[in-house]
Amino acid sequence: MSLLVDILLVFQRHARISLRNPLWIIIGLSQPVAFLVLYGPLMTSTLSTTGVPAERAWQTYVPGVLVQLSLFGSAFVGFGVIAEWRGGVIERLRVTPVSRVALLLGRVLRDVALLVVQAGLLIVVALPLGLRASVPGVLAALGVVMLLSLGLACLSCALALTLKSEDTLGPTLNTALMPLLLLSGVLLPMSFAPRWLDMVSRLTPFRYIVDGMRSAFQGDVFSTTVLSTVLIAFLLSVLSVLLGVRTYLRQSA
Amino acid sequence: MSIIEANGLTRTFRAGRQTVAAVRGVDVRVQPGEIVGFLGPNGAGKTTTLRMLTTLLQPTSGTARIAGADLRTEPREVRRRIGYVAQYGGTDPNALVEEELFLQARLYRIGAGPARRRVATLLTQLDLDGLGTRPVGSLSGGQRRRLDIALGLVHEPQIVFLDEPTAGLDPHSRNNLWEHIRRLRDENGTTVFLTTHYLDEADALCDRILVIDHGRIVAEDTPANLKRQLAADVLTVDVAGDPDAARRLLAGLPGVRQAAVTAAGGLQVTLADGEQGIIDVITTLAGAGFGVRALQLARPSLDDVFLTLTGRGLRDDPNGPTPPTPTTERAEHVPAR
Repeated sequence: MSLLVDILLVFQRHARISLRNPLWIIIGLSQPVAFLVLYGPLMTSTLSTTGVPAERAWQTYVPGVLVQLSLFGSAFVGFGVIAEWRGGVIERLRVTPVSRVALLLGRVLRDVALLVVQAGLLIVVALPLGLRASVPGVLAALGVVMLLSLGLACLSCALALTLKSEDTLGPTLNTALMPLLLLSGVLLPMSFAPRWLDMVSRLTPFRYIVDGMRSAFQGDVFSTTVLSTVLIAFLLSVLSVLLGVRTYLRQSA
Repeated sequence: MSIIEANGLTRTFRAGRQTVAAVRGVDVRVQPGEIVGFLGPNGAGKTTTLRMLTTLLQPTSGTARIAGADLRTEPREVRRRIGYVAQYGGTDPNALVEEELFLQARLYRIGAGPARRRVATLLTQLDLDGLGTRPVGSLSGGQRRRLDIALGLVHEPQIVFLDEPTAGLDPHSRNNLWEHIRRLRDENGTTVFLTTHYLDEADALCDRILVIDHGRIVAEDTPANLKRQLAADVLTVDVAGDPDAARRLLAGLPGVRQAAVTAAGGLQVTLADGEQGIIDVITTLAGAGFGVRALQLARPSLDDVFLTLTGRGLRDDPNGPTPPTPTTERAEHVPAR
């Protein structure tokens, strides 16, 4: 019980500080719109030259953007952790009886909440542009990106507390994320890829997540593709949260 | 019964393949209601010891009871009973003053209503009235430091640990903060354990001083006793008559450690106890027919004490012998200034 109260208190703190920052809100809300408006038409018209109907093109594109938002939105939350560590905020909170797990979860839940708002906005804006999608499918996809964000944000915080340097964290994240993003088929579906690239892409988790979310948008909510995606996202998330918690529980972190 | 009782605390860090002993067996006894200063040059083990006593760092060996709770087996209980104010505070510049205080109170499991009342009390108590809705980043240095201290006091702890409470403050703010720290003890009976490397601060504020160097406590006493034992008073006398004859006369007195004639022809007498010694010197000189034209007694500062104890000043030059900074553990923050 006190864990939940702690999580809520830490979440409220981070949410309040963010909401007072107009830049954070503007960037947070304009990002998904920019993705849609500046790249969506290019993607859909490219797909349509290969014979994919416009409706199908949006069903392919929007889930990809959701994964991309989740990836980049949550992967960089570690920067805030380093700033807090440097300012002594983490130490100050650690010396109170607050649960260490709450210090992690309360913080990353703010990022998950932001993602949900961004994802909702993205879908609403995509509707007039031509998106048609199954409602249960969209909800399932939202669940998947929430799990994904939760896990990635925890990993990012853990990595930040271990590295304790912005100069190392940035390149590390970029090096890890760039290939994962390219191989996931977010930008263009992997069905266009040469066979070897398709095989490599099947070795990365996000490939399955993106594929599953696209199926979900098309309405096959209870297909094995979607169910295995949910399972993969869940396992990734649990593992990452555990790793993050372990780092936060360590004495000198 | 001691409110802080630590026995043989040690802490070693791994820096690469090397093992560095930051603290090599520290014993601490603090009585309830004491203001104790913990002094030492950078790298002496001050912050490491403080972080061990406040549960932020697990000791490599040794035991401690803090406010009746065991440091190793009941760290949560220790946290409940102590307040800790780190050197660089630990507030978010974008948070509001009252938000930070309220959160802190809630994290100490104080209910929402009492927490709100406590925040109001603390704002008044630390002269922060009217600043509750200001962002922390807009406060002056002194105000922010008072907020830091208020954060350490939200749960009315029995002990408060202050790490370099006045570092970087202007003289006016320092004096003001000292007043607050004294009042804390005088009005609430709070035990205060502070680290500092300002000797005047230790001298003005502390009942007792522990000096740490190279990870060990090298001296422990009241500021006055430390000065008396470890650094002598120096009396300069301008005598009418032959200074060398006067010197021979004084050199035989008990309590005179050394007597010398200065280049200017004056007498410089090193005394174990200046207050007693000055009378002996004057009566002896007068009895032998020497006139005394001028007298000056220089009391030692804790700086002198420190130099005697550690062979170096407190704010030593950065090229001095400092142990390597451990990489697996932050010994000091990087100041954001």
